[in-house]
Amino acid sequence: MENITFSKAELERYSRHLIIPEFNIEGQRKLKAARVLVVGSGGLGSPLLLYLAAAGVGTLGIVDFDVVDESNLQRQVLFGREDVGRPKVEAARDRLQSLNPHIQILTYNTPLTSDNALDIIKDFDVVADGTDNFPTRYLVNDACVLLDKPNVYASIFRFEGQASVFNFRNAKGEPGPNYRDLYPTPPPPDLVPSCAEGGVIGVLPGIMGSLQANEVIKVITGVGEPLSGRFFLFDAASFETRILKIRRNPKNPLNGEHPTQTGLIDYQDFCGVGQADESPQGQVKSITVQELQKLRESQADFQLIDVREPYEYEIAHLQGDLMPLGQLDAHLDKISSSKQVVVHCRSGKRSAEAIRHLEQKYGFANLYNLEGGILAWADQIDPSLAKY
Amino acid sequence: MPKIIIPTPLRKFTDNLASFEASATTVGAAIQELTSTYPELKKHVLEEDGALRKFLKVYLGDEDIEGLQNEQTPVAPEATISIIPAIAGGNH
Repeated sequence: MENITFSKAELERYSRHLIIPEFNIEGQRKLKAARVLVVGSGGLGSPLLLYLAAAGVGTLGIVDFDVVDESNLQRQVLFGREDVGRPKVEAARDRLQSLNPHIQILTYNTPLTSDNALDIIKDFDVVADGTDNFPTRYLVNDACVLLDKPNVYASIFRFEGQASVFNFRNAKGEPGPNYRDLYPTPPPPDLVPSCAEGGVIGVLPGIMGSLQANEVIKVITGVGEPLSGRFFLFDAASFETRILKIRRNPKNPLNGEHPTQTGLIDYQDFCGVGQADESPQGQVKSITVQELQKLRESQADFQLIDVREPYEYEIAHLQGDLMPLGQLDAHLDKISSSKQVVVHCRSGKRSAEAIRHLEQKYGFANLYNLEGGILAWADQIDPSLAKY
Repeated sequence: MPKIIIPTPLRKFTDNLASFEASATTVGAAIQELTSTYPELKKHVLEEDGALRKFLKVYLGDEDIEGLQNEQTPVAPEATISIIPAIAGGNH
């Protein structure tokens, strides 16, 4: 570590670390020598990357395949208005490099997949998981266990946050629990909150991502007691916190008593994502937004039904009859069984579910799903419509 | 009375109630009491055979009930039971 040296500018920049007795220049050297991969540069990734760059982590890797969207700016404080439309990894690199020119930024403008995860992660010392879906959560966890890397974890939902440090080796070299010790299997897709039930208070990823950054720094420097074997829960609405114990599960397929999994798997399949739509009974008749526009222009006699929630209708609507998915049965008498009925939601998923329900339970045969939902309408027909 | 803390994603089935006071003396019976009061919650918490669903964690205080006596774990009147679902959000 002694071969890690600092310029005068760096010493001045990091001076508030250097004067903490238990941190000092040793801690700063460890940060400079460290390589940290942040997966996802969104809500959690923004504070993570900003604080880790500011703190002087020598090499930061960023994985994200997305571009900056206007709706990101409510919480993704890494980006500004001028970044809208740019790949996130590029916007992030520019911002971080301007914050700290003494560090190296490596960017991966790609989704993390079973094909590339081991290759990308293997050269890093610590991974911080700021992703937003179950398949990638399990992928990051499994890759970290297989490669023996600590995984600093946080996730959020509305006002609720969770954090832990997974797969952390203690002073005796024993690995701590990982995500699969906590949740061996993911929830089935129909029980995962849909986009209608999503949403997050903008400050929460700031709080949880900052906690993650703090844990990353502790893992690297050895200062303090990392959140390993413990599960931190924060309810931002009630301001209640809980810390629960996590123990290793002997049945863990990766590193339990009888491991059965020695490589990465198909995580979309593991989490059941996409299966419902591919099954024959899952298919419903559909029309495109262009076809809907023609129906409207020709003043055809058809009914448009919107199965979203009233608060979504407030953001943007196509003047459809509002019948939220959960209350469809109460609106049966308002659904035409004779003329063509087009059903839409935000992206097309809930409306397909609504059609399957109405076909199977009540025998409707005149229902058409609007492909891509109101988002596709906003993209291809009416750009003035707000997207969310 | 033992208290069950309801996590945000499940509150839509409990009329937005954040915690529930049970009178039962085991974790399993307390959760049965909760799901009988809010039947919509049942399929999200229990399998068809009445076992707890695998993608949820149930804690008594700060201990996972799997390390205690599972559903049979006795609960004291002042105990707090937490139902903790996996949540995945963070990037978008």
